Amino acid sequence: MDQIAVTAIGVLFAVSTLALLALGLAIIFGMMGVLNLAQGEFLMLGAYTVLIATARGLPVWIGILLAPFVVGMIGIVLERAIIRFLYGRPLDTMLATWGLSLVLVGVVTVVMGPTTEGVATPLGSVEIGRYGVSVYRLVVIAISVATVLAVYVVLRHTRIGMIARATMQMPRLVAASGIEPQIVYAATFGVGAALAGLAGAVMAPLTGVVPSMGLAFIAKIFITVMVGGPTVLLGTASAAGTLGVVESAVAYASTPIYGQVAMLLVALVLLRLLPNGMSGLWRRGL
Amino acid sequence: MLTRRQALQQLSLASLGMVLPNIRLDRAWATDEIVVGNLLDSTGPINIYGLPMVDATKFAIEDINASGGVLGKQLRLVQFDTQSNNQLYTQYATQLLLESKVAVLMGGITSASREAVRPVVDKYGALYFYNEQYEGGVCDKNVFCTGVTPAQQIGNLVPWAIQEHGPKFYTIAADYNYGHISADWVKVYLQQSKGELGGQEFIPLDVTDFGSVIQRIQTAQPSVVFSLLVGGNHIAFYRQFAAAGLNKKIPVVSPTFGLGNEQIVLKPEEVEGLTVIYPYFQELDNETNKKWVVAWHQKFGADYPYITDSANTVWNGWHLWAMAANKAGSLEPAKVIAALESGLAFDAPEGKIKLDPQSHHVVHTVHLAKVNDKKGFTIFKSIENIEPTDTKQVCDLIGKPDQHTQYTPKF
Repeated sequence: MDQIAVTAIGVLFAVSTLALLALGLAIIFGMMGVLNLAQGEFLMLGAYTVLIATARGLPVWIGILLAPFVVGMIGIVLERAIIRFLYGRPLDTMLATWGLSLVLVGVVTVVMGPTTEGVATPLGSVEIGRYGVSVYRLVVIAISVATVLAVYVVLRHTRIGMIARATMQMPRLVAASGIEPQIVYAATFGVGAALAGLAGAVMAPLTGVVPSMGLAFIAKIFITVMVGGPTVLLGTASAAGTLGVVESAVAYASTPIYGQVAMLLVALVLLRLLPNGMSGLWRRGL
Repeated sequence: MLTRRQALQQLSLASLGMVLPNIRLDRAWATDEIVVGNLLDSTGPINIYGLPMVDATKFAIEDINASGGVLGKQLRLVQFDTQSNNQLYTQYATQLLLESKVAVLMGGITSASREAVRPVVDKYGALYFYNEQYEGGVCDKNVFCTGVTPAQQIGNLVPWAIQEHGPKFYTIAADYNYGHISADWVKVYLQQSKGELGGQEFIPLDVTDFGSVIQRIQTAQPSVVFSLLVGGNHIAFYRQFAAAGLNKKIPVVSPTFGLGNEQIVLKPEEVEGLTVIYPYFQELDNETNKKWVVAWHQKFGADYPYITDSANTVWNGWHLWAMAANKAGSLEPAKVIAALESGLAFDAPEGKIKLDPQSHHVVHTVHLAKVNDKKGFTIFKSIENIEPTDTKQVCDLIGKPDQHTQYTPKF
C-alpha cells in the first residue's frame, strides 16, 4: 500500500516537473511560433539565480521567487535585441537561438566557473509506511500545479491574457485598438523565459547546477511541446501527462534507461498518429 | 553570374582562410624541446574529475622541467579539452600523435574515453599512460595504467562493508563499461566474502532523477548501498537519497565518491559518514605529501577545494615516464617501455609506489576513510602494498608481450 502511494507520488512528480519545464517553451512556441533552442539555458539561468541567492545567505525560497523575474528580464532584453528580427523565419530563429544558447553557456562558464555546484534540498523527509519521501518533491508538485493553473487563469480570464491571445492571432486588429503588438511580443517572450527560470530554480535543489545543465532538459522539453502541439495549456498538459506517466511508470517498474526509451517510443507513435500533436484531440480550448 | 574574376578572388580568399590557422606564428620546432600530449575534460559533466587532473598535469610538467627536464630538454605540453565527448578523444589523440608527434600521450578519464584512445595508440605504436582509477584488466604493451584497480579498491571495501554493516548489498552503477565491469568485480568479491547481492542497477550518465532508484533500494532493504556512480549528474543521487532521509538509515560505500569532489558540492549533513577507499587523500600524513600539498596550495591558491586521488595519480604518471625516459636515454617508445618494465619505484604523494613490470600497473597502499564535516575525509584504516592482482593474474606482458586487450571477470 505504501509502495503504491510512493510510486504514485513519483509519477505525479515526473508529470508535474515535465509540465513546468515545458510550459515556458509552450508559450514561446505555441503562442509565438518561435523555436527557441536557448530554452534550456533560461532554465540554467534560473538555477544559477537560486545558487547565487543561497550563496549570499538568502533562503532558497527567495531565490526561487526571484528567478522568474531575473530570467524574465533577460528574456525581454533578448527578445528586443535578437528574436524580434526573426519572426516568421523559423530556420533563422533556430540558428540564432542555438548560437544564443552557446553564448549563454560560455558567459556563465566564464563568470561562475565550470564546476558543478550544489544547492541543498530544503525541508527534510516524511515517512510513508516504510518509505522515506522528500517533502520538497511534494512542494515541487504543488508549485507546478499552481503555475499551470495561474497561467490558465491569466490567459483565459484576464484582460492581459486576452490581449496576448488576440495579438498572436490578429496583430493588426490589436494595433488598430491602440495596443502596440511589439510590447505584447516582448512581454510574452519574457513570460516564457520567466517560466523557464522558475522551472530551473525549482529543479536546482534536486540536481547539480552546472552551465551545461540545459542540455539535460532541452530534449525532453522540446519533445513534450511537439507532442503537445500548438494549444498552449491543454496540449502541453496532455503531453506532459502521457509522457510523464509512461517514463516514470516504466522507470519504477524496471530502470531509468527503459523509462527514457519508452517515453521516446510513445512520443514517436503519438507524433505519427497525431501530426498536430495532442492538441488535435481537443476541439477547442486553450 | 559568377565572373572569372570573382571566382578567382573567392577561391584565393578561401585558400588563405584554410592555410592561415595552420601557420605557426610561434617559433619553429625547437630541437631543445620535447613535445608531450595530454587529453582531459575541462568542461562537461566529467570535468569534476578533469579539472584537478589538468592542474596536476601543469604542476607535474613544471616540476619535471625545473629539475632539468627529460634527457636535458624541457617538456612542452600540448593539451586539448575533450569536453566530456569521447569522439573528441579519438580525434585529438590522432591529432596529437600524427601532427604534434608527441613523445608520450597521457589522459583519458572515464574508461569509455580510454577505450576511445587505446586503438589509436595501438595503431601508431605510441606510448600511452592512463592515470585514473578504473575497472582493471587492460593488458596492452603500449599502455600503462597508474590508477587504483578493483583488487586494491573494491577487493578491500567489500569485505570491510560486510563486516561493518552486513552482507546484503545493493549496487548502483553508472551505465557504461566501468560501471558494468566494476559491478561484476563486486559480485566476485561478494562471493569470496560470503555476501549477497540484493540487487543491482545501471544508470545512464545523464540521468538526474533518482526517485525510482531510491524507491527500489528501500524495497530491497539492503545492509549497504554500494555506489559506482560517476559524473556531475549523478551527484543528484546523494542529495535525493539524503532528502528522503535514507542517509541516516542505510550506509553508503563507494570507490568513486569524492574523486569529483562530491563532498564539496554536497552539504556535510547529506553525506557525512559515507565510506570511501583510495590510495591518496589530501589529509595523508607522510613527508612527501605534506610538502606536496604546501607546494600545490602555493601554486593554485590556499583556497583550492580539495586535491583528489586523480591529481596524485596524474603526478605519478608523468614522473614515472620522465624517470623511465631518462633511464632509457631515449624517447623511442620501445626503449622507454623497456625502462618502465625494469621495476621502477617512485616517492609519490600517496607514499612509495612500484610499477609492476608484468602488468603495467601500480602497487598501491589503500586507505579506508569516511566523509567528515569539513568537506574532507578522515582516514581510519590502511592496507599496505596491494598488488593489482585483478590484472596481474591474467596479464603477463613480459612473458607474452604482444597483447593489446582488456580482460574482464567471467562468470
